[in-house]
Amino acid sequence: MSTTADPYAGSRETTEGRVYTVTGGDWDTTLGADPHENERLVVNMGPQHPSTHGVLRLVLDLEGETVTKARVVIGYLHTGIEKNTEYRNWVQGTTFVTRMDYLAPLFNEAGYCMAVEKLLGIEVPQRAQTIRVLVMEINRIASHLVGLATGGMELGALTAMTNGFREREMCLDLLEEITGLRMNHAYIRPGGVAQDLPDGAVEHIREFLEVMPRRVADFHRLLTGQPIWQRRLKDVGYLDVTGCLALGVTGPILRSAGLPWDMRKVEPYLGYETYDFEVPTADTCDAWGRYLVRMAEVNESLKLIAQALDRLEPGPVMVGDRKIAWPAQLSLGPDGMGNSLDHVAHIMGQSMESLIHHFKLVTEGFRVPAGQVYVPIESPRGELGYHVVSDGSTRPWRVHVRDPSFVNLQATAAMSEGGMIADVIAAIASIDPVMGGVDR
Amino acid sequence: MSTDGGSNVVPGREEAGYGETTAPSGGFRKGAFGVSGSGDTSGFGGLVRVEPGGAVALHSTERPYGGYFDEVTDALVEAVGEATYAAAVQRVLVDRGEITYFVAREHLLTLVRALRDDEALRFELCSSVSGVDYLDSAGPAVTPGRPRFHVVYHLTSMTYRRRIRLEVAVTAEDPHVPSVTGTYPTADWHEREAFDMFGVVFDGHPGLTRILMPDDWDGHPQRKDYPLGGIPVEYHDATIPPPDTRRAYR
Repeated sequence: MSTTADPYAGSRETTEGRVYTVTGGDWDTTLGADPHENERLVVNMGPQHPSTHGVLRLVLDLEGETVTKARVVIGYLHTGIEKNTEYRNWVQGTTFVTRMDYLAPLFNEAGYCMAVEKLLGIEVPQRAQTIRVLVMEINRIASHLVGLATGGMELGALTAMTNGFREREMCLDLLEEITGLRMNHAYIRPGGVAQDLPDGAVEHIREFLEVMPRRVADFHRLLTGQPIWQRRLKDVGYLDVTGCLALGVTGPILRSAGLPWDMRKVEPYLGYETYDFEVPTADTCDAWGRYLVRMAEVNESLKLIAQALDRLEPGPVMVGDRKIAWPAQLSLGPDGMGNSLDHVAHIMGQSMESLIHHFKLVTEGFRVPAGQVYVPIESPRGELGYHVVSDGSTRPWRVHVRDPSFVNLQATAAMSEGGMIADVIAAIASIDPVMGGVDR
Repeated sequence: MSTDGGSNVVPGREEAGYGETTAPSGGFRKGAFGVSGSGDTSGFGGLVRVEPGGAVALHSTERPYGGYFDEVTDALVEAVGEATYAAAVQRVLVDRGEITYFVAREHLLTLVRALRDDEALRFELCSSVSGVDYLDSAGPAVTPGRPRFHVVYHLTSMTYRRRIRLEVAVTAEDPHVPSVTGTYPTADWHEREAFDMFGVVFDGHPGLTRILMPDDWDGHPQRKDYPLGGIPVEYHDATIPPPDTRRAYR
């Protein structure tokens, strides 16, 4: 029956019946002249992938190694923290928000507490404000070091990873000494901070200030001049100021595009206007600029820490209003903050009124007048905003967090479409998203 | 003291179910603690408190607003025209140094475009879009089909270093708000989150799908009538109930 000469797609009559021969080789006729013209490959990357900076899923359309479309899928780490805070009292909220952006826990605590304090209309004592600045800047260094370490690891610079985590460990040791915990501190509380600086903390921070500038210089010696590092970062993940503003991108990414927009300067809080520090910028709009900006910000944070130490005056670290302040000075134990035995002895053995007061404040909490506020602060990743609504009760009516990672991650497509697939990793690493904050 | 202190407030959650307990019932509420059916006898039953979305939120600030708020309002009136402004902005509230414009949804897009593009306004950055569920806060009996879901926009002017808040309120029966993604592309994920969590539908959004919850999820988790869930936890021979069934102090 078959009369065609095509040896690959013919059929012929045999004694058993008609036999079809089906093989490949006819792609020319089915696909047109150029077999690679419409080659579209969809690659799913993540959510469990070592180079996606957390449980982030990317769906990439590829032509060869060129990314034509990048879609970002999030939600794998959604824990319902915003909803949970509506079922806890105002102080307990601190322990929840600190778990969102887990690399910048103290910023979450500070933003939340400042929103609650704005609703309450209270002013935090000077020493507490200074301590907040102090711990936040230590935290900023730790966060930038992790951004550098994980970003370096994703690009194959393993020494950046080991060094970055080693240096970050110094920050965490300091925070552990001050707050009792390495992460998820719940240290900053509405009205102040949970605990005054322990003995020896100031000396240890000063030692850290001695060591850290040399370590930053080591990073520059290790990475900044290195051709591979430069070529992996330069002109990768390009996003200019217009793109940043349209996509709502803030933080080091916006500053790497040349706009010195830093909440500590433009809308100062906690007395940042009285500190002497610079807002580092770059004009390259790429991952290289973001690396330089973050490294420079580590140096600025060191300056801020030194100034904060100098202006630490003795004084209270919590508001005087006993209707808001936690009734006991907690004691700092080896595994975090715990009961103060003196306080327990006092309320259980000496003062019935103190016991009632303690019980009411701890189980029920304080009331916050009805209304809503939006408080933005500068986290290591950009504008961290707390939109907090109160209905006048002991629990938040609504806590919404404008997490900078969540917003900045939207820029993935703009940064990586049209580039090579290997550069997607560098671009996302330069956004430095923390999925705990993205998904909340 | 007697248990009367708690009896004139909303009934306990065991009796009335989840939705009504946490819902403030009106513009005002009596009693400090809102607990009944328990041993809590702590009084303050005569205290009158004001609810959000009730008297406070219905309150409207008169001119002058103070600070840069007057300048922004004047520029906005000039940019969109007095007639549009009067139709678009239902009321203005200045509270704790922040200004809120309550906007009719028909005019939202006109307003945000003017706010972004007008030279005297220049709100280049849409910092945040969030949903708030004011379930029953003004009382369903007062206004049937009451706008329960509020969509709150926080806009930032980097040029003038100013911040304002826009608020659009919609009912649960007709939860449609025009999408501002045409003006602020950054609102894309914010609006998807508000849709995911509250079921507010943003008309004109390029791809309004769930973002944090799985695609096949039922319901909108941050609505106030959506239960928190949770199981009792045993710890040191005691059983701790899930947070949404613990005693509530409102």
